[in-house]
Amino acid sequence: MKQKRKERIDRGIKARSDDVFSLNSFREMLYVAVPPLAPVLLLILLPLVLPSYWQKVLISTCVFALLAMSWDFLVGVGMVSLGQALFFGVGAYIAGVSNKILGLPIWIDLPLATVLGGFICTVLLTPVLRLRGVYFSMVTLVLPLMLERIVEAAGIFGGTEGITGIKAFQNPFVESYVIVFVTLFALFAFRRLVTTDYGLVLKAIKDNDRAVMSVGINIYWMKAQALFIAGCVGSFCGAFLTHVYGFVGMPSFALDYSILPLSSAVVGGMGTFAGSFVGAFILVPLSEALRGIGGLRIVLYSFFLVFFIVALPEGIFHYIQRKYQQFERWVEVDK
Amino acid sequence: MWEVALIYGFINSVILALTALGFSLTFGISGVSNFAYGAMYIFAGFASWLLLNKLALPFFLSAAIAVILTAGLGAAMYRFVLLRVRGLVISEVIATFGVGLIILELFRYLGFSGFEYTLPVFSDGSLLIGNTYVDYQRIWIVGVGIVLAIGLYLFTHYTKIGLAFRGIAQDEHTALSLGINSDRIAGLSVAFGSGLAAIAAILILPRGTIAVNDGYDVLINAMAVCIIGGLGSSVGVVLASFLIGYAQIMTDILSGPHWKMIISLVAILVILVVKPSGLLGKQKELEERI
Repeated sequence: MKQKRKERIDRGIKARSDDVFSLNSFREMLYVAVPPLAPVLLLILLPLVLPSYWQKVLISTCVFALLAMSWDFLVGVGMVSLGQALFFGVGAYIAGVSNKILGLPIWIDLPLATVLGGFICTVLLTPVLRLRGVYFSMVTLVLPLMLERIVEAAGIFGGTEGITGIKAFQNPFVESYVIVFVTLFALFAFRRLVTTDYGLVLKAIKDNDRAVMSVGINIYWMKAQALFIAGCVGSFCGAFLTHVYGFVGMPSFALDYSILPLSSAVVGGMGTFAGSFVGAFILVPLSEALRGIGGLRIVLYSFFLVFFIVALPEGIFHYIQRKYQQFERWVEVDK
Repeated sequence: MWEVALIYGFINSVILALTALGFSLTFGISGVSNFAYGAMYIFAGFASWLLLNKLALPFFLSAAIAVILTAGLGAAMYRFVLLRVRGLVISEVIATFGVGLIILELFRYLGFSGFEYTLPVFSDGSLLIGNTYVDYQRIWIVGVGIVLAIGLYLFTHYTKIGLAFRGIAQDEHTALSLGINSDRIAGLSVAFGSGLAAIAAILILPRGTIAVNDGYDVLINAMAVCIIGGLGSSVGVVLASFLIGYAQIMTDILSGPHWKMIISLVAILVILVVKPSGLLGKQKELEERI
């Protein structure tokens, strides 16, 4: 009788490291290709098959996934933001104002809001870059609340009423595919970015900023760049949703936009942008399915947040990734 | 008008100091994050309202029980959430902020808003200072605030537990080697801080209705005062309270109440640019600054 033993699938595929492969069959190629291809295929096919209501859910899921990725990116540089709503709201207001008041078309004001929003957020947060620890969290927590108050107090940009009647996209498909492609682009670009030399420097700033300074790298400039990248992504989200809803107002600085991305990234697993992606695709549809609970939404997100931070700090994605690499198959023992 | 500004600026400053004392004790003096501070404040308000109106306890008894309950809530939060992530600054901040959100939004969801949610004042009536009427509640606030601020200074400088609070922030390992159980002390610090939040709530909330949104404002003001005064400095807290307190009253008089809250943010940003360790902060100045 032939004897069999278990073998890990990835043993024969991985050559020396986790990201160099030697592939000998289509099955092995499939093993390597499925994880990155799955989200791509999923996101490209979903807008074609979903009913129109769930298309809107898909859009907001993608937006929150983007916000979560930008949060994750900032955490990777050692800056823990408690106010992604800042990026979101600034982008939303720039898009709203430039579209409605200046009369710019969507395809100009969307990129404008992205870049300008990123720039404004970077400038607003520059004072905190010189400090480590919790100062960044404190100031990001305060800023969106303050901007909301300023809009209310000064009555600028529509004040408490907000700005309505902002132009929408030509049709729902354009709308869906814009956000789908941006999300996919951001996912793979971020994952790529953190493995480049540039990304390694950013990571090093988190691990030991003085060591980075001592090799002659200006860490404030690097941090400002990271902030700009994250700010651009966040502002794009705001600008995009403004055009979807046709409205911008004080709710753009709401707590939802701060806490949901945070929960998504923590639930999915920090440090890998795929984790934020997975987290958003779990939490947002879940909250949509539980829409009856209304105001309990934030409580639910916060509960997930605290639970995962305390009990499962690793997050779902890291767990899945580990299990995927531990898949085994039966092979015959050579005699 | 300037007399009013002077008197009410003083009262406003003491209120700020009172709300910031607990946060300063936990975060500034012993270095443990408690971003659920605003939630503790509101929790104390609603707890004493419930005890007073649903169980019909006398006011001072319900206030005392609310303080103890809030301190217990702080201790429970430390034991079940914070203890497990202690030392990981990011996780500490996120976890306590999450707990605060759960408490605040749960109150909002349960419908705790409206004009009936008010606490009674300690004693009715008012006092004439110069040409300005000041009600007794505000006198109470000023009195208790001054006593607590002095008490906190003495507590952290002359008692064993108080010195331990400062010790674990300065160097936890050395504190451990000198026989200070840093986990227990940090827990006590969170509980004491929450208790102080409760005292502040019971004194300050009778001025208006208890609103969930106040929780966020209290947290922001407390953070502003602690950052500007310098972490770990009791005198700095008082100094910063007076700076922000008078600045708020001045903006209130000169340009309307909407701009009042913005002062805190502007002050935080200015101080972080000019002197990141705060006005009187010495502790860990080098470690926080890069």
